Amino acid sequence: MNDKVFTITSGKGGVGKTTATANLATALAVDGKRVVCIDADIGLRNLDVVLGLENRIVYDLVDVVEGRCRLRQAMIRDKRLPNLFLIPAAQTRDKTAVSPSDMVRLIDELRRESDWILIDSPAGIERGFRNAIAPADVVVVITNPEISAVRDADRIIGLIEAEEKGPARLVLNRIRPEMVKRDDMLSPDDVLELLAVELIGIVPEDDQVILSTNRGVPIVLDGKSKAGQAFRNIASRLEGQKVPFLELESSNGFFGRISRMMGAGGD
Amino acid sequence: MGTFIDRILGREKSSAKQAKERLKLVLIHDRTDLNPGTLETLKDELIDVISRHVDINPATVNIKMTQDGRQQRLIADIPLNPAGRRRSRKNV
Repeated sequence: MNDKVFTITSGKGGVGKTTATANLATALAVDGKRVVCIDADIGLRNLDVVLGLENRIVYDLVDVVEGRCRLRQAMIRDKRLPNLFLIPAAQTRDKTAVSPSDMVRLIDELRRESDWILIDSPAGIERGFRNAIAPADVVVVITNPEISAVRDADRIIGLIEAEEKGPARLVLNRIRPEMVKRDDMLSPDDVLELLAVELIGIVPEDDQVILSTNRGVPIVLDGKSKAGQAFRNIASRLEGQKVPFLELESSNGFFGRISRMMGAGGD
Repeated sequence: MGTFIDRILGREKSSAKQAKERLKLVLIHDRTDLNPGTLETLKDELIDVISRHVDINPATVNIKMTQDGRQQRLIADIPLNPAGRRRSRKNV
């Protein structure tokens, strides 16, 4: 069986889990796949606003688990892509409203009718995180090149291994190449050396992400954005394609080295 | 905060290097639950046990934590004193 259920998690909050989930789901759907994304952050839902679907919510994840509606009724169809769906989190409940086995059961039902299922995990290492990783085939850890985010990523990677959901894959988000060049920011090499997991994407800092979130239109739909390109590349890598890492620097720079290190070619 | 000049003259480490070094130490602790104090105690006790059986010079012993992938390893490098130059035991 191919891997189709991906959970996006991070440990630390605010590093870009929801943005990554929305963009990867959108990019996979643009490729014509049937994609369902699930907001597992019960009580603090946001995947709905990032996708611009907040006005369409009738039922949510907890309604499905507690039998108030059928799974299909809680699946909100995207405005732009008819093969993209969102199952929103409940906003007025907490993480204990759902158990890891509820999540496994729900996702098993979805597997039959989906090409890809992406789960947006809450921050933290408690119940919400366990709910989110329980049904995952692959867990993607997202981090920023900051000391606190990297530390929390390491902790979460250890927990993913302990739960036998490893090895985790890594996405490095909000890299600022000019700061890395000045040695004022941890480089992708540094982070990889510390965390020792497979890197599947480097996303540069991009002001356009804020604009796209303001509008509720994922950045992957903007053909000119570098962050959008980076997310499209990650989606292609999830689909099993060998995509070289973005050339954000000269090929002799660290991104070139990373590309060669990952066996994806420097250019 | 140092200036760029300080840095290129080697007077101050870049902030990225500092972050990496600090992270390395923090991750050892997070992954193994060993704090620097416990590590020191462990070194002393190791030297103690080994000295009971072979002649070593504690000053040349090098015990350190290394990272091998996601695994932490405790590496002990303990040079043994040559048998010919072995000191006589005090209480024989």
